[in-house]
Amino acid sequence: MNAIKNNISHQQSSHCESGVVANMLNSQGMNLSEPMVFGLSSALTFVYLPMVKVGGLPLIAYRMPPKSIISAVCKKLNVKMNSQKFSNPDAGMKALDKALSEGKLVGLQTSVYWLPYFPEDMRFQFNAHNLTVYGKNEQGDYLISDPVFEEVVTCPADDLKRARFAKGVLAAKGLMYEMTLPASPVDLAPQIRSSIKKTAKMMNGLILPFFGNKGIKHLVKKIKTLKSKPQKDAALFLGNIVRMQEEIGTGGAGFRFMYASFLDEAATILDDDVLFEISKFTTEIGDLWREFAMKSVLFCKNRKNVSIDDVAASLEVCAEHEAILRSKLLQWSK
Amino acid sequence: MKKEQVPQDSCKSYDGHKKLIYAVDDNGHYQGVQSSGWEVEGFATEMAVQQLDQQVNEMKTAFLAGKVSPIAYYLPLFRFDLLSLAHATGFFQWQIKRHMKTENFAKLSVKKRTKYCEAFNISLEELIKPVIKE
Repeated sequence: MNAIKNNISHQQSSHCESGVVANMLNSQGMNLSEPMVFGLSSALTFVYLPMVKVGGLPLIAYRMPPKSIISAVCKKLNVKMNSQKFSNPDAGMKALDKALSEGKLVGLQTSVYWLPYFPEDMRFQFNAHNLTVYGKNEQGDYLISDPVFEEVVTCPADDLKRARFAKGVLAAKGLMYEMTLPASPVDLAPQIRSSIKKTAKMMNGLILPFFGNKGIKHLVKKIKTLKSKPQKDAALFLGNIVRMQEEIGTGGAGFRFMYASFLDEAATILDDDVLFEISKFTTEIGDLWREFAMKSVLFCKNRKNVSIDDVAASLEVCAEHEAILRSKLLQWSK
Repeated sequence: MKKEQVPQDSCKSYDGHKKLIYAVDDNGHYQGVQSSGWEVEGFATEMAVQQLDQQVNEMKTAFLAGKVSPIAYYLPLFRFDLLSLAHATGFFQWQIKRHMKTENFAKLSVKKRTKYCEAFNISLEELIKPVIKE
């Protein structure tokens, strides 16, 4: 078998989707940081959906749903995205080989559970993990740039096929995508402003009490009701929030640090001191979320000096500060 | 969070890997910093893993006692829940609950069993006679 190795610049990222977009575009000559991709796509938010259960626990997320980063950034930067899904796995693998032989980088949506290079404790049934394939070696294993890993990895063809075509919630159905840069680069400044405005507008939440600030306050109320539940149930509930916030590739504090990093970079590009001050304020908010995570885990460890009310109060502080952040961002992007 | 404060707690769940965290330098500007894990996060992860292990063990005991079908054992083993397994197999959740009973599982057609085999990536023999891992 002929080995193929297309040009990729692999840069470790916090989050798979923003990382894949940054790596695929930068390999073709752009110069975008992961936080810039994340910020431009207005992906920062908060979601608490008590009726959607994952492994018996409610769905909690700190960003917009999968695939929204890819589509938003491509639209903003005038990048042409070519995506395909397949009903036949073999056809899907053939199309991947064909694109690789044409020298392309191919983005894939996959299931984490079936990727053998993931550590055991990180493997769970989550079908919306993104990675970039950049070639194939003599043994027929695929060469992969998985943005959450330090270095590039390899994956046997059978495993990759399974990961691409795993059925289930958010099933990838073999989704693969290629990106082509626009003929002339897009001016970032107006895009930065409009994306910040969009994030700010979403921060209060939609009509329903599950999103943005309303979602956080809703969760505060729910946490207060844990007082009447057995310690173990309360611990599992809080542990789930901490995992979604810290463990699941968020760059710390549920993407708040990544967003602050975006604002920092944007402030430099626009030479805007006000925006830099807002970045610093967002860092403080990230620190508050980390404090909330710490209190939650102290409660889980059954420390006498941390009560459920302390945990709820700590989250409420996050909500209050994010309301202030919203008005600052709105004011700035007016 | 300052970059000196980025935790390096060598979490077991990272299996020697490092993750990227965003943190600030003394001037408040950001950079990516590698982290070997945060004890707080590691505790939450281990709690979740232990909960899963406990479910697997309970189902293993129940299966060996002949109280449940192999489906009930495999569901937590492959880190599914009823919802995700329903999506992966095409069955309704109530059907899967039925298939977890030994008497209903015994009556399942090969076609239906194959759907479970595909979701778990195991053979028909393994589905009927699970190789129980310690």
